[in-house]
Amino acid sequence: MALVFSEKAQASYEKLLKRYVDKQAVLLPVLYIAQDEFGWLSDDALKATAELTGTPEAVVRATATFYTMFDKKQVGKHHIQVCTNVSCDIVGSEAILRHLEEKLGIKAGETSVDKKYTLSEVECLGACGYGPMMEITSRGAPGEEIKDEYYENLTVEKVDEILGTLL
Amino acid sequence: MAEKSEYCEHILLSRVDLENSTSIDVYLKSGGYETLKKTVSGRQPQEIVDVVRESGLRGRGGAGFPAGVKWGFLPKDSKLPIYLIGNADEGEPGTFKDRVLIEKDPHQLIEGMAITAFAIKCHTAYIYIRGEFAKGAKILNKAIDEAYEKGFLGDKVCGTDFKFDIYVHRGAGAYVCGEETALIESIEGKKGQPRLKPPFPANVGVFQGPTIVNNVETLSSVPWIVKNGAEAYRKYGTEKSAGTKLFCVSGHVEKPGVYELPLGFPLMQLVNEVCGGVKDGKKLKGVIPGGSSTPILTPEECENVNLDYESLMEAGSMLGSGAVIVLDETVDIVRVAARLGKFYSHESCGQCTPCREGSGYISGLLQRLNEGKGEEGDLELIESLCDNMAGKTVCPLADAMVMPVKGFLKKFRSEFEARIRKKAYQKADKG
Repeated sequence: MALVFSEKAQASYEKLLKRYVDKQAVLLPVLYIAQDEFGWLSDDALKATAELTGTPEAVVRATATFYTMFDKKQVGKHHIQVCTNVSCDIVGSEAILRHLEEKLGIKAGETSVDKKYTLSEVECLGACGYGPMMEITSRGAPGEEIKDEYYENLTVEKVDEILGTLL
Repeated sequence: MAEKSEYCEHILLSRVDLENSTSIDVYLKSGGYETLKKTVSGRQPQEIVDVVRESGLRGRGGAGFPAGVKWGFLPKDSKLPIYLIGNADEGEPGTFKDRVLIEKDPHQLIEGMAITAFAIKCHTAYIYIRGEFAKGAKILNKAIDEAYEKGFLGDKVCGTDFKFDIYVHRGAGAYVCGEETALIESIEGKKGQPRLKPPFPANVGVFQGPTIVNNVETLSSVPWIVKNGAEAYRKYGTEKSAGTKLFCVSGHVEKPGVYELPLGFPLMQLVNEVCGGVKDGKKLKGVIPGGSSTPILTPEECENVNLDYESLMEAGSMLGSGAVIVLDETVDIVRVAARLGKFYSHESCGQCTPCREGSGYISGLLQRLNEGKGEEGDLELIESLCDNMAGKTVCPLADAMVMPVKGFLKKFRSEFEARIRKKAYQKADKG
């Protein structure tokens, strides 16, 4: 099904254009908008982005697939990202990840059947002194503002508490 | 989030503990934007470049190139607009210092960028912030709006004819975009694949225009330096490594965090005194002194080394981004090496064959060693792969992988060998 950007999104796009002398430069911010609008970057969402920006679809796809934060498959309402890089690993991030896997019934890299949770193992998020840590990206309805939160100095108990607050 | 230390005046962290430290009112109350006002209304651009060059301020992102010298590379008669980019793509594992400056004192960065822009005759700047710092991007956008409202940004900066705009551009999860030419490609809406240099960004950068890319910490140091002068800045640090620097300490210490210290500060004093020592009284196994790309130091090597560009280079490592990762005696070095191998292999942009293939190959070998499935000859194979990667690629990502891997193999070789031998014993047992 052909996807179309909302009027609000189109207005944001017009504003973004003024920031750059080259129109392809809007691609990263517009891909974020597309992700907000359509939930994830499906083929149709990429097509719509190409159309809106007048950029060849192949270029849009090349850029979108290079960056890990652009979701090429549907993610859950709450995307739980656990850093397992060295500073977090040596203070126990693996135990946190395993606990989340058990609690959510999914492995890292998977999305729960009800599409409520996606669990990911990610690279350094720049919170190295406060590990183990995770970032949770929560989406509301399409177009609604995305919530992004860092949770630091995690323990298994703290993780349970945090999970309890996710609606 | 940031700890104050008693060892020097705080140039960078002077406001981070204030209530509402991100608001423009708090910034103004502490003398903020005064230096910008004086700069744009009474000083010459070249004067500012000279002060920063004489201060000895070096790039705080990792490379340590003198900032004023970099600015001096810009062509004098450019027909294309000059751009300034604040590099907030903080991604080097172990590094979490720019985040403090962004989330706690955004106006200091904005003022630093405006002064820098005036010095290099630039009218448009971008702050390239890593995508995961969504909170930081929000704080920056709000601070930028406030600065426009008060006339510190826009068509008439502080009522003068100097025009200057700043835009926040979010990255989207790619370590390599911290490299300045990859960052430029990323702003242009492309894959973040580094460009071949020369031409350097100072000649051909974003949208073909001459471009200066400076780290957040570098730019945040500028207001203080311009206000107080080069000599005042040189009071701190060493002859070649002037000023103060943020050190972000993670891993096994009692008090991890971000500390501002004069360059040349003894590493073990940072670990033992500032950070309260190795956690739970355990023994030290090693310190990665400047982010994951810098070779590990053994306890003996840590003993007499100071935290400045020259001392760490002499000790066979690097100051890098000032990310100090402390490892206690319980840490399994093979596991650490395998985890970092996985990181670099994941982050290789895929452009150069030695890095794309080599990083994956080395990572695979390290995983298998870590799982106890290593074979005789694996260590030599890794070293040979390292030699075929370092210096043979467009950007330093391959070197960034090779340096720590070689360091682990050289300094903790017996641990790798023991892992291989253990497997051989198990085989013999079964036989």
